[in-house]
Amino acid sequence: MSKQVNLTIDNQAVTAAEGALIVDAAKKVGINIPVFCYHPKLEPAGMCRMCLVEIGRPVIDRATGAPVMEGGKPKLQFGPKLETSCTTPVSEGMVVITNSEKVKAARKDVVEFLLTSHPLDCPVCDKGGECPLQNLTLAHGPATSRFLFNEKNHNAKHVPLGDLIYLDRERCIQCGRCVRFQEKIAGDPVIGFYNRGRQMEIVTFSEPGFDSYFSGNTTDICPVGALTSADFRFGARPWEMKATASICTHCAVGCNLAFNVRREVGGKNGSPSKGGIVIKRALPRQNEAVNELWICDKGRFAYQYSESPTRLATPLVRKDGELTPASWDVALEYAAEGLLGESKPGQAKDLLVIGSGRLANEDLFTLRKLAEGAGGQAALYSQSGGGDLLAQVGAAPGTNLASLGKGSVILVVASDLHEEAPIWFLRVKQAAERGATLIVAAGRPTRLDRYAKYVIRYAYGEEAQIVAALGDSPRRAELVEAAKPAAAAKPAAAAKLVEAAKPAAAAKTVEAAKPAAAARLVEAAEAFGKAENALVFFGSDGLGQSGAQSVAQACAQLLAATRHVGRPNNGLIPVWGRANEQGGWELGLKAANLQTALQASTTAYIVAADPYGDDPSLPAPSFLVVQELFLTETARRADVVFPAQAFTERDGSFTSGERRVQRYYPATPALADCRPDYAISAELGQHLGLKLEGRSAAAIFAQIATEIPAYKGLTYRRLAETTNATAIGAAKDPRDAEERRCADLYYSGAGYENTQGLGVQLPLQTLSPALSKPAAAPAAQLSKTGLLAVPVTQLYDLGQTVLPSALLRQRIGEAWVGVNPADAAEAGIEAGAAPAAIVQVVLPGKPEWRAAARIDERTPRGVLLIPRSMGLPLNAPLPGASIRPVVRRDSQEAASQQPA
Amino acid sequence: MAEHILLRHRDIPNIDRLEVYRQQGGFEAFQKAVASLTPDAVTDIVKASGLRGRGGAGFPTGMKWSFTDRKNWPHYVVCNADESEPGTFKDREILTGNPFQLLEGVAIASYAVGARVAYIYLRGEFWPIARELDKRIAELEAAGLLGDKLFGTEYSLRIYTHLGAGAYICGEETALLESIEGKLGQPRLRPPFPPAVGLFGKPTVINNTETLANVPLILQRGAEWFRSFGTEKSPGVKIFSLSGCVNRPGNYELPLGTTFRELIMGRGGGIAYGHKIKAIMPAGNSSSLIVATDEALNTPMDYESVPKLGAQLGSASVIVIDDSVDIPWLINKTVHFFRHESCGKCTPCREGTYWMSQLTERIAAGHATAEDVALLKAVAGQIKGKCFCALGEFSIEAVLSGMDRFKDDFEAKVSSYE
Repeated sequence: MSKQVNLTIDNQAVTAAEGALIVDAAKKVGINIPVFCYHPKLEPAGMCRMCLVEIGRPVIDRATGAPVMEGGKPKLQFGPKLETSCTTPVSEGMVVITNSEKVKAARKDVVEFLLTSHPLDCPVCDKGGECPLQNLTLAHGPATSRFLFNEKNHNAKHVPLGDLIYLDRERCIQCGRCVRFQEKIAGDPVIGFYNRGRQMEIVTFSEPGFDSYFSGNTTDICPVGALTSADFRFGARPWEMKATASICTHCAVGCNLAFNVRREVGGKNGSPSKGGIVIKRALPRQNEAVNELWICDKGRFAYQYSESPTRLATPLVRKDGELTPASWDVALEYAAEGLLGESKPGQAKDLLVIGSGRLANEDLFTLRKLAEGAGGQAALYSQSGGGDLLAQVGAAPGTNLASLGKGSVILVVASDLHEEAPIWFLRVKQAAERGATLIVAAGRPTRLDRYAKYVIRYAYGEEAQIVAALGDSPRRAELVEAAKPAAAAKPAAAAKLVEAAKPAAAAKTVEAAKPAAAARLVEAAEAFGKAENALVFFGSDGLGQSGAQSVAQACAQLLAATRHVGRPNNGLIPVWGRANEQGGWELGLKAANLQTALQASTTAYIVAADPYGDDPSLPAPSFLVVQELFLTETARRADVVFPAQAFTERDGSFTSGERRVQRYYPATPALADCRPDYAISAELGQHLGLKLEGRSAAAIFAQIATEIPAYKGLTYRRLAETTNATAIGAAKDPRDAEERRCADLYYSGAGYENTQGLGVQLPLQTLSPALSKPAAAPAAQLSKTGLLAVPVTQLYDLGQTVLPSALLRQRIGEAWVGVNPADAAEAGIEAGAAPAAIVQVVLPGKPEWRAAARIDERTPRGVLLIPRSMGLPLNAPLPGASIRPVVRRDSQEAASQQPA
Repeated sequence: MAEHILLRHRDIPNIDRLEVYRQQGGFEAFQKAVASLTPDAVTDIVKASGLRGRGGAGFPTGMKWSFTDRKNWPHYVVCNADESEPGTFKDREILTGNPFQLLEGVAIASYAVGARVAYIYLRGEFWPIARELDKRIAELEAAGLLGDKLFGTEYSLRIYTHLGAGAYICGEETALLESIEGKLGQPRLRPPFPPAVGLFGKPTVINNTETLANVPLILQRGAEWFRSFGTEKSPGVKIFSLSGCVNRPGNYELPLGTTFRELIMGRGGGIAYGHKIKAIMPAGNSSSLIVATDEALNTPMDYESVPKLGAQLGSASVIVIDDSVDIPWLINKTVHFFRHESCGKCTPCREGTYWMSQLTERIAAGHATAEDVALLKAVAGQIKGKCFCALGEFSIEAVLSGMDRFKDDFEAKVSSYE
């Protein structure tokens, strides 16, 4: 624990950590010092001058070093001016006065100054009702204005900083919270101040404007209505809305959300609300162990798919070759008959059940029960693997990225966290900035590299070996040996270490760089071994199912061998692509090779997954039942389609990559005739002759808690528990919800309060002895012919939960393929042309695909980067790929016009 | 005065040429320092001379140098040539007339604090001067007086010029550092102070142009020689930039402690067109207004005496106001300047200077009531003591002193309206 100092604030004795700021120390004892520019998550700026207080310090006798006494008390010296409590750290014997007439007058003065240039358009302002400027004006400001109204400065009111965020320049009080957030927290300094004085304004200097995955957070921390989101502006007033706790479904982080809803006629995005409840916005909900106060823009803006007018609304049954609407009874009956075929009730042996990580724990558990009961097989729809290891080596309970700093190591393998799980990117970055040693091992440069102490490059396919080398010193010695210049000619693994990172043209540099790369690996391995705490993230960059499985295996062995298992802040965190993939693994579903699994089945029941959209070449079962939100490619092929409820319409629980089980709640009523996934599955089970629980998510969760050891003892009630310790600023009386709300509001625009649960992390099983022994990682058998096409993830893709968001759609961009300049040149493609060259991508066994070539050094030599869910189905690395230029029509025309 | 110390080009023709400057003993001091003195010994000589910063605050220069954090390297020296205070034009004359003396001062300061890179930050309008300085720096490098392994030692030094973009605030030392780093010119939070965390996060000494121009002769002729000018606490000479309603405006290099009367009535040739002196602004636009009584005129201009008149010596840019000048008109000018130059970082300065300008505009135009005048005083009082840096605090000096010391002018304005 850091050194504590004693001080007095408004006659209250306060103990605070050395270095703590006065404003925070005061907050701890319930004294709210008003602020605008200060934010507890940001570096102090001292700009707004709202937090001025009187500060007295004990006079120290220079000769003795002891405080000078006066009348039995230490003599105090107060500065001639008031000082900013948001920039001044506490010190021993300090006396702070926050309620004197002088201080009160200063606050009134500052508020009055701010209001002279503020439009006071509260009645039409989105922030009105949850606005710190409004609140602090009421609390501290003058009652009347002495500034002549028509001498006000007028500025532009609807300035789009990008397509997501709008700026009202009149309302801006130049506190710089947004600028500091983007620079310090997001690491995306794409907005800044321009000009000076009254003309100082926020501008963006990225193309497209305000190009950051975290931009929405600036609208939350803006203390006025200057920054608003295109999603919510002029959408509703804060007091009209109710908040519902939810969990983001877009990745494995499990960010806590709050949906703000209200009843209205019309709705948005064309959703046909006739006086029903609709979602007006998604906000972060504070959970210091998961997402702190932040969410990414995908989580904030992509929820709109749940209200999309293209949602399935009734069951569909294939009749005369066409999918036609049917009643639930007819559809269920028809589905059960089809699935049973000739078998006896309860004996649908050739049934393959597929569920994805978009489903709740309760849904996946019911699917497994159904498959088991029917004698079929249940599979988790996932392109990744290794989830079965996490029960032993996952993040231990008590793990919190925010507590990692000096002495900790974070290893990120095969993941571009910024694209795959933005909030983890943000938290890992911050841990590295606090002093944690970050090791990034990837096949190509990622945005996390700049925060890493060690960047390790491997050739795609060698991931597991690199991880194994980190834990296995003989193997490292081999690598160092192999990297020596004399031995460089040998086809050693170490050569690949750097080869991938360097263009072939720089072969000489590569030779010189090899020993350095090997040395870096040795250093990184030593740092990892010695670390007090170590966390490993593994993602999906360039990996398919089997690749991910061996990487996970290697990571698990590395953690076990270095004893970084079973203690808080240690373990393995999988960067799954969906919110509840971890839940699937925990509940006994496994990722299967669908090619063989579908081949072996005659009937299939596919829930919340689109395998035929992702890979049209998969074999078709003779009877297919699909349960979905949209008429996907898979649903189009189905014999029966069940319309499911979106996660916003029902309750349930997810298990995050950090193995945290979290509850979400219904925000809106269900669309039309849609039912929750678990209920549909249970009913289908009944029609198959099985007895499955399907009455409520809570009832199923109770069953999970008795049957699945990891979930033992968990209840919905426990998942809903909160502690006040996580609130930004503690209220005087933590039991008083209203006061707590105000305390939070005081620092931020939006209410981040978490009253509906922080979730519970699952306990770990005992480590199996087999994992403790380092095992040789199998080298991936990748053919060397042609280019190696590898799948990579981009945050905004053409996924069915992203596309319906009109806002994000503009940011998805065109289909692209990453190509190294040397490979492009060999294929006769000109680099640096604008617009980007269009190429035809040819993969063995896949339809040809046209995409814009991104030709730069970030793609390793011999590799094609293929973004997932952008049109070309690629689930695993595939050798033998090639590209060829597409002749543009305009250049053809130009050619034909030339005289022969 | 027999001989100039800073404005030596007035005595010695062509001292802006390197060979002439070297004939006058130029760069001997730097060579002596590098070749035969330790950095601390150089700092001690400057300390002993009692030289105080000429940028306005009057902080002892040698002491500033000794504050540089020796656990954190590299160190930088920055010469503040952002001379932007209205009424101040002394640095420009040094930069154009006697540039090598400044460059040698920068070099000596760099050696004293262990800096191997120094910057001269000039206001954007000084671009022709910066171009000339660049040529002179190149000449020095060609002559082996700057560059690597100087005078056969391991010491190397490079000097670079850096132009501002026309912002007064960049004369504030931390805003200046931000500007060199390529950022928006706004002051930094202090502490940490530049000698601990300065340019690029490294310990940095920032001195005014005139301050550094003193250094070569201090080393050459000794601290005692320097102390023979000026007063006990304010030794040395100072360039007084005299402007306003005087017959002979211009730069005057005089010992500190010279009286206002000597400067204005003696050197400056008195007040023009038979008018009477009314007020003095001793520190340019940032000054309080001194009522030009006999007592005030007899006051010595040094860092200790001027505050007794309720003002500061500052950069010693003495603006003379005669009885033809309407004080509300004058403060409207000063307030407009600060409103235009406020960087916008802190609320009181950004909003307060704007508000004041609206009021002074109306008051000066005679379209204001007594209430407006009272409000102006209140607004100025509201700014006082709350600003992030000195700019905001300076913006009210003329306003408050003017309203306090020249009440009649304001009453006349108001009554003519009412």
